[in-house]
Amino acid sequence: MPKIIVEIMPKKDLLDPQGKAVANSLHREGKKEITAVRIGKRIELHFDREITDQDLEMAKGQAANFLSNDVIEDVVAVTKED
Amino acid sequence: MKIGVITYPGTLDDRDAQRAIRLAGGTPVPLWHDDDDLKKVDAVVLPGGFSYGDYLRCGAIAAKAPATKEVIRLAAKGLPVLGICNGFQVLVESHLLPGGLIRNEKQHFICRDQKLRVENNETAWTSLFEKDQEILIPLKNGEGGYIATDDTLKMLEQENRIAFRYVENNPNGSMNDIAGITNERGNVVGLMPHPEHAVEAGFGPDTPTAMRSGIDGLLFFESVLKMVVNS
Repeated sequence: MPKIIVEIMPKKDLLDPQGKAVANSLHREGKKEITAVRIGKRIELHFDREITDQDLEMAKGQAANFLSNDVIEDVVAVTKED
Repeated sequence: MKIGVITYPGTLDDRDAQRAIRLAGGTPVPLWHDDDDLKKVDAVVLPGGFSYGDYLRCGAIAAKAPATKEVIRLAAKGLPVLGICNGFQVLVESHLLPGGLIRNEKQHFICRDQKLRVENNETAWTSLFEKDQEILIPLKNGEGGYIATDDTLKMLEQENRIAFRYVENNPNGSMNDIAGITNERGNVVGLMPHPEHAVEAGFGPDTPTAMRSGIDGLLFFESVLKMVVNS
């Protein structure tokens, strides 16, 4: 199924409590080589036809204006997947 | 005087807001998120709760609702709008107010009576307060930490657009102790604490005078009613 994948991460300078909790747990398991964990979002937009360049542009617009909030998050990638 | 209160799926405090409007002397008008007819109301309250289950981000989906789109259109023409808690989150997601709200600094949901200082008493919703008046109203939220870029904070400070600041303690890590802000025109106000829960003696916060006697929230609604009558 053709889809567009939008990946969003919390901004670097913002506290990511989920990531911190997971990192603490990994450290408890002895995985000390992992220095930090950050958790973001992966959003899939599904299509029932081939994805066009316009679709990708539309998705980039939605990623910037609706799917993320630029005060607290960064859109890391908007990619096509067949 | 008709004041609309929008109910989204997941809104909790719509009936409390309606009651506050009634106690202030206005006529509350229930509005539905999926209807862009605002029934010719003179002002609108976006109440607290968890609209659309806080999915995506708090307030993000409500910001796209038909009723909200109409609020955005009419706010540009001067319609008074008050966003309380989740309503404040809807206002920042709608870009009617700048900045954003993130999880409380210490990660806990906080529910308590909170002292605020009225920094700007020239908005549609604060005109009956004295400048720098200290008020006590309930606060209850999990994502109430106000953040904005340095430029936005500077602009808010310089243009006197910080409507309320937390006094004595900052409960959620909000930048510059910001509890609520207003737009340039002063018709749109958003804050995290809940004025609608402090409007009737016997049901408000405790005060030095008597238990549950705090009614500082009433002036929000009386302020807007006075402004609408005078215009």
